[in-house]
Amino acid sequence: MVEANSRVLDVGCGDGALLRLLAEEKGVDARGIELSQRGVNDCVAQGLSVIQGDADTDLGAYPDDSFDYVILSQTLQATRHPRAVLEDMLRIGRRAIVSFPNFGHWRIRAQIAFGGHMPVTQNLSLPWYETPNIHFCTIQDFTELVRTIGARIERGVALDRFGKPLAYSAPWIWNLFGEQGVFLLTRKF
Amino acid sequence: MPLTRAHGGVSSPKKNGLREVDAPQSLVAHFSADRALQMDAGGRLDQWTIAYQTYGALNADKSNAVLVCHALTADQHVANEHPITGKPGWWTTMVGPGRPIDTDRYFVICSNVVGGCMGTTGPASLNPATGRPYGLDLPIVTIRDMVRAQAMLIDHLGVDDLFCVIGGSMGGMQVLQWVASYPERIFAAMPIATAPKHSSQNIAFHEVGRQAVMADPDWREGRYLEEGVVPTKGLAVARMAAHITYLSDDALQSKFGRKLQDRTKPAFSFDAEFEIESYLRHQGLSFVDRFDANSYLYMTRACDYFDLAADYDGSLARAFKGAKARFCVVSFNSDWLYPTSASRAIVHALNAGGASVSFVDIETDRGHDAFLLNVPEFIATSRGFLDSAARARGLPPAKLRAKP
Repeated sequence: MVEANSRVLDVGCGDGALLRLLAEEKGVDARGIELSQRGVNDCVAQGLSVIQGDADTDLGAYPDDSFDYVILSQTLQATRHPRAVLEDMLRIGRRAIVSFPNFGHWRIRAQIAFGGHMPVTQNLSLPWYETPNIHFCTIQDFTELVRTIGARIERGVALDRFGKPLAYSAPWIWNLFGEQGVFLLTRKF
Repeated sequence: MPLTRAHGGVSSPKKNGLREVDAPQSLVAHFSADRALQMDAGGRLDQWTIAYQTYGALNADKSNAVLVCHALTADQHVANEHPITGKPGWWTTMVGPGRPIDTDRYFVICSNVVGGCMGTTGPASLNPATGRPYGLDLPIVTIRDMVRAQAMLIDHLGVDDLFCVIGGSMGGMQVLQWVASYPERIFAAMPIATAPKHSSQNIAFHEVGRQAVMADPDWREGRYLEEGVVPTKGLAVARMAAHITYLSDDALQSKFGRKLQDRTKPAFSFDAEFEIESYLRHQGLSFVDRFDANSYLYMTRACDYFDLAADYDGSLARAFKGAKARFCVVSFNSDWLYPTSASRAIVHALNAGGASVSFVDIETDRGHDAFLLNVPEFIATSRGFLDSAARARGLPPAKLRAKP
């Protein structure tokens, strides 16, 4: 999804593995934001430019159009203000790439409907009182939010639990059988 | 009980640290009228001196020079035994063979700032116009004056651009000023535990210190050197107050708590009953042996006037507009003197200009002084940043050395 030699901000970049890959393979000017001190240290030692911070507090300081891509991987559901984060991503970047766990997956629905408890899955392994994920959404919820903020989905894909794209791409199939959604967004304006 | 020495009286200024003013035990560069130092406060120094130390060797490309900028009361003796106190250099955790600022790889320069008292021209130096110490006749010194002088020293040493400028606290302010004043001369910059401007609270603490000095009857309107006295009590109190701001509440609590000094029950007196009192008195009294009271006034004032954005229409981002260096900004989460939010403001302003910037907020209970201490996460960050910058600069890798 990322073009060569572009400017990329990876929000929640962990140990910088993706940034390094993008820098080495695609000549990308790679920047990151990471919450953990250990992650930042790993990145800094590799020569990556990474600041310690989070999506809620640090995106606001970047000027408009600072990046070609802003990536938010498996983090949207853990932000305090997902809508503001998404809007900021599309303000500072021409495109946003967002991936998140789909809370509409049939296994999750089944756990709530039949088990009567908050779901615990392989991807979402912590119980409700310990999880950092405070804003779960389904793929359908997400696409509605994208519409609400006036953005456009340029590409989208739902992944199964092995990280492979689903064979069928009807929205209701994604929402029911996708473990994760990955979307490339652009501004409409 | 008032603050007094346990043994003996006050030593004379020439017997103690002030001998370093005229005859520093370090390298010295003298400048004269053709290279006068213009001062922000107006006027210029026609005859002036800068005392400095270097470690390691400049490579053939002159691409491995590191400038270390010192804090309020430190000096050029960053990695060697201090000529007055006999203690190790003030940053041996960071500077030395195999340290993050590796003296086997880099040519490290550290100079005493203008207004200091360790050999660079300051208020205790002789004013060539009068033959007496400057005292308060020295123009007020700014951070920018300090940096202008450093740039002239670098020129004098034949170094065009610096691989890295690094410093903590007031040293960090100098790093930021370097970025604003000489962006094309810096490859990497590390401002540590610092702020883009002095806050009202910062100024307030400094003013308490200055008033303590000036309230000492031995200060003599700043002319104490000629009168053969030293305002030791005022300076010691200033240092005591300042020292509290360098430590965190938690660190004080865990180190001293409410423990009593040499006794089990309170004696109900004004002696130094608590350990923390005794510790602070020691800090105050040992400080006066190595530092000039007027110099303390000048150093604190320089910080107070520091407001980098003010020189650029109030926009810090504009101050960093020309920045080409890669940055590593470091704060410490228990530092309430120059808190994390101040470093974050620096980071945001650098990001606004698209600079290449990393930022780490180190978790520690050691307060502002953490940058001088052996805080492993901080050392690791510094090493990682400098090593990667050295690779990007094309400097050869560090020597292999056995782990200690």
